[in-house]
Amino acid sequence: MAGEKITDARFRADACEAPNNQQQAESFAGNLKYGLTGVFFGIVFVKAEIVSWFRIQEMFRLDSFHMYGVIGTAVATAAISVYLIKIFRIRTFSGEEVVFPRKTFHRGHVYGSLLFGLGWALTGACPGPLFAQIGAGFHAVLVTLLSAVAGTWLYGYFRGKLPH
Amino acid sequence: MIQFLSQPWPWYVAGVLIGLTVPALLLLGNKVFGLSSSLRHICAACFPAGIPFFRYDWKRESWNLFFVGGILIGGIIATTTLASQSPVLIEESTRNALEQLGVRDFSGLMPSDLFGTSSVLTLKGFFFLVLGGLLVGFGTRYAGGCTSGHSISGLANLQWPSLIATICFMIGGFAGTWILLPLIFKTV
Repeated sequence: MAGEKITDARFRADACEAPNNQQQAESFAGNLKYGLTGVFFGIVFVKAEIVSWFRIQEMFRLDSFHMYGVIGTAVATAAISVYLIKIFRIRTFSGEEVVFPRKTFHRGHVYGSLLFGLGWALTGACPGPLFAQIGAGFHAVLVTLLSAVAGTWLYGYFRGKLPH
Repeated sequence: MIQFLSQPWPWYVAGVLIGLTVPALLLLGNKVFGLSSSLRHICAACFPAGIPFFRYDWKRESWNLFFVGGILIGGIIATTTLASQSPVLIEESTRNALEQLGVRDFSGLMPSDLFGTSSVLTLKGFFFLVLGGLLVGFGTRYAGGCTSGHSISGLANLQWPSLIATICFMIGGFAGTWILLPLIFKTV
């Protein structure tokens, strides 16, 4: 809300939750490499059918191991990678120290997550897969995406009044 | 090669590749993997409306928009060049349950009777596209992240708020599937 003053670092307005911690600025060409990573990621999403509404239904009906296998393996792979980066103090390609942001608990982690879960069951998608579903030819999902942008905007608007 | 890649990929291949995105983004340029932030950057870039939450240097975070743009292109490639000839295999029990609820189409990645363009202006479209989208957008931002930011990046970095978020995603998903879906199908 206009005029709100939040100094608490937990939900400061400028604290991006998936931040760019690189000190050096990215050029347009530099950003293209994230675009390429995204292309690769989108292919994985569709080829492993993670963006399939049916796969999400199977997961929530406990009828298939597929999604649990994907998420479990992804977490394990990412956790081992993060651990290796930490103990070997591996630096980024441009030589900077890797930054691992810490998260501080607030009640939104419960309320917001429950709401997102409901939406996940309805749409069969998290924010990332929405883009892949559109690319895969489900053009009506553009409505879902715009609606998700609207939902994000509404959160921003009412943020000062929501319990955190 | 193309033929090999065209088959649906098993979960362990997908899981490893998705997991590797976390170190890839960190090492490419100190970027934290999280996709729902793209929605916030779109708000900040297009409709900031003087709201403090959207007043930040979104251009600095624009790598995230390149990333989701790439995902869309990846979706196109996966369904054209690398298109699979076989339909999505659905577990019999899930299929039966969905048939009983009223889902009709089981031929693609998503049921076209719910997510086809013809449903946009219907009551079904309102629930599955509009309401679903609102919950995804509002919920993820309120939660400070989604499956990628919390369940993958956050858990991999041993952040306990991310564990709570992940548990609540699942509770919400189970409630959505077992309580909300039947109610919606009764209405539409």
